[in-house]
Parts: sequence; structure tokens; C-alpha cells
Amino acid sequence: MTEEHTTAGDGQKPPASKGGGVLPGLIKGLITTAKTLGRPTHTAEYPDNQPHLPPRTRGVIALLEENCTSCMLCSRECPDWCIYIDSHKETLPATTPGGRERQRNVLDRFAIDFSLCMYCGICVEVCPFDALHWSPEFEYAEVNMLDLLHEKSRLGEWMSTVVPPPALDPGSAEPAEVAAANKPARVPAKARP
Amino acid sequence: MNAGLEVLLRSVCVLGAFLVLPLVVGQMEHKVMAHMQGRLGPMYAGGFHGWAQLVADGCKFVQKEDITPRAVDRWVFKLAPAVALVPYLVALSAIPLSPTVVAANVPASVLFVLAASAVGILGTLMAAWGSANKYALLGGMRAAAQLLSYELPMVLVAASVALAAGTVSLTGIAEAWHPLWLLWQLPGMFVFLVAAVAELKRTPFDMPVAESEVVMGPLTEYTGLRFAFFLLSEYAGIVVMSLLFAVLFLGGWRGPFSETMGPLWTLLKGALVAVLIIWLRVAWPRLREDQLQRLAWLTLVPLALAQLALTSVWVVLSSQ
Repeated sequence: MTEEHTTAGDGQKPPASKGGGVLPGLIKGLITTAKTLGRPTHTAEYPDNQPHLPPRTRGVIALLEENCTSCMLCSRECPDWCIYIDSHKETLPATTPGGRERQRNVLDRFAIDFSLCMYCGICVEVCPFDALHWSPEFEYAEVNMLDLLHEKSRLGEWMSTVVPPPALDPGSAEPAEVAAANKPARVPAKARP
Repeated sequence: MNAGLEVLLRSVCVLGAFLVLPLVVGQMEHKVMAHMQGRLGPMYAGGFHGWAQLVADGCKFVQKEDITPRAVDRWVFKLAPAVALVPYLVALSAIPLSPTVVAANVPASVLFVLAASAVGILGTLMAAWGSANKYALLGGMRAAAQLLSYELPMVLVAASVALAAGTVSLTGIAEAWHPLWLLWQLPGMFVFLVAAVAELKRTPFDMPVAESEVVMGPLTEYTGLRFAFFLLSEYAGIVVMSLLFAVLFLGGWRGPFSETMGPLWTLLKGALVAVLIIWLRVAWPRLREDQLQRLAWLTLVPLALAQLALTSVWVVLSSQ
């Protein structure tokens, strides 16, 4: 409390206002605590009552496996290298006779080590295919630290807890996808009137 | 044989009160302090609003290892918690809850209670000196200085009340009490409250155990049950001082239906004082060592002397 420090006489002049009231700071402290005693507390009793977390809460990272192309962008951007990806190439036979065979990546392993993860969200940010999502779920503490390595099946389970993004603020710019869809179709120059 | 049984019964009752009341005050501190800070405090132990939190704490303390560092003065170190605790038990036995509900109705009970409770500080000093720890020693020095400066105004205002009542018996003082005393002895009440808080080493006078400066002061080296005894003695001290304040200044059992409700009145008034002591801890910061001495010698002692003078003049004038 300022009252004590200003009367301490360490060479400094007390500030002119000293809290700006008629009451000394000690009385003010008593009044403040008494008022708080009369008000209901704002404690959320966590294990009994679940918290209401905002949709963008960074609880755990969920993986939508179908969207992942094993491009390794997330793994390479991860500051502490806690994402492990294994994949192999698979050859798809040509769909039409005489057509070319296609190759595609098949994801063998996708794992995030949450004992290393620092929840920076860069992997979610860089994924071009929306395969990684933030989920507000946070109750996945383990007794053994090694169990914090979530394989892709576990990461996929988190997907059901992902909350849809909140609506945009009124008057905000329309999302990029909508803007692209609403753009007039491109017309070749010679076809223009 | 009959007298021996009575002594035994009275002792058991005092021991029961000594074990229950400090826990009640401690639980009250937990909850009042929590709510004053916008928290809930303990909610789980015992089921209903954490009523058994201190019992659970006690079980925890019992389970802890009882460490006696090699360098300590073994006997002094081990005896200190008992020396801190027992005087409050002795003091509690002489405080009347009503003219009949008192364990030991000694004639000069004001002197007895004040002298007994002052011995408790000796336990702190023993702990400080025996611990072979510089923080403990520093804390002990602070405790000694604090005791010296605050015992004096406390005894002076107690003398003022005794003078006003014309007796040094607590029962007699409460019987002679009159509501006008609230005004007449107001400076004395203030001095006694401040001195009591200081003697209990409670915030804002917790310099001896200021954890940010001297770790835990004299209690630094203590663990387990011995540490718990020091904590218990702090709360027992609050009980003794609150009840003493209630009997000396607030009339003790005086109030409506005092024939039947007497002890409840004393306990209620004591509880109010205890809440006030807790409230001061929540709201106020710690004084610095020099501010503490300044307050004692430049404010409390003159005020106590003035109160004593006022009381004596009034008593002499009114007796003529």
C-alpha cells in the first residue's frame, strides 16, 4: 500500500494525490476486502464444472487424415520438431486404357509429441490442405511422459471435438473463398466486347 | 478423590476447547480470507465447504518426516514447540467464559493470563536460538524486539481496565463492565488490539516470520508435527487474545439472557475480535522493522499511558 512506502522517508517526496481520496489507504484496504467478502466469488470449480472455452482455444491439435498429403510442411516448420511423418508412394493404375499411371502419397504415420509441442500453432497455420485443426480439449495429461506422443489414430479422435470457427464480425471483409467464388469469371481478351 | 476428579474433568474440558477453538479460528481464516480475495477457499475436505481441511492438514503434518538438523541444539530445538504451545493452554484455563464457566478461577487472573501468554514468546526465541540458522536467528531477534516493545503497552492498558474495575480478576472486571467503557476505554481497546496482533506476530506485524526476508524466521528448520505445533500455537494465541479482549473490553458474558447464554456471548464477542484480526491480515501489508518500533514507542506507549492517566483521574474523581 502506498501509505507505508510514502511515509518510509527514503528521501522521496510522497506523491501529491496519494491515492486521491479522503480515506487513508489502510481504511480503503479494509473497505475493499469487506466489499469483496460480500460479493459472490468468481471461482469456477473446475473438475465439477467444465469450463466454457472459446472455439479458438489451443487445447490439442487434431488431424483430419483424409486431407493430409504427407507434404511435410508442418513437420519442417515445427520449431521443436515434434511432428513425425512417415509415408510411402503408391502407384494407381490408369483409369482409362492406355492412360498414364498415377502416383500418390499414402500416410503411414503421423504423430505429434505433446511433451515437446509448445502450442505455437505454426503447423495448423501452414497446412495448405486443412488437415490440422485446433481443438479446445485439454484433459489429456498422462502419468508417463512417453504417452504424450499421440499417433494418428489418437489425433484423428480429437477431430470430433473441433469446434466450427465462430461467425465473422458484422461488417468484416468476406472470407477469401467466398470472394474468389463471387469474382466474375475470366473472359479471354479477344472475346471481350 | 472428588476434588481430583473435578480437576481432571476441568483439565479435559480446557484441553478440548484448546484443540477445537484454534481449528475453528483457522478454518474461519481460510474461508474469510478466501472470500475477501474473491476465492472460495477449501471446498473438498470433509464434504461440506471443506470443513475438515485443518484436520486433513494435521494428518499430513503427522505423516511428514520429523527432521532435526545435525547442528541444532537438540534439546532446545525439540522443546521449543511445546514451550510455544503450552502457555496458551495455561492462559486459556484462566479465561472465564462466564462467572461459572471457568476452569481455574484464580484471583489475579489478568496478571496470570498476560504472564502465561508472554511465556509463549520464549518458545519462539528457543526455536530461533536452537536452530543454528541465520534466518531463524534474525527472526528470533525481531521477535524479541517486538515482544519487548509491545508487551509494555499491553500491560499498561490491561492495568487501566483493572483500575477502572477495581480488581485484577477477569470475572470481576467483566462484572464491573459498563457499556460506557466502550467510549471511556476506547484508546485502551485500540492499543490492546494492536499490541495483541503484534504479540501474535500476525500481519501487519509478522516481521519475525516475514517469508520474503527471513524465509520463515524461527520456524525455518521445523517440519512435520513440530511445525504444526507452532502453527497451532499461533491460532491458540488468537483464541486467547480474542477472548481476553472480549472479557476485558467488551464485557464478556454481559448481554441479553446472560444467565443462560453467557458463555455464548463471550465466544461470540471473541469470534468477532478474531475475525477482525484475520481481516487485518487480509487487508494490510507488513510493517518494516523500524516502523514497527516507531509505532510501539511513539504511539502505543504514550497512548497507553494517557489511557492509564485518564482512567486513574476518573476513578479518583468518581470515588470521592
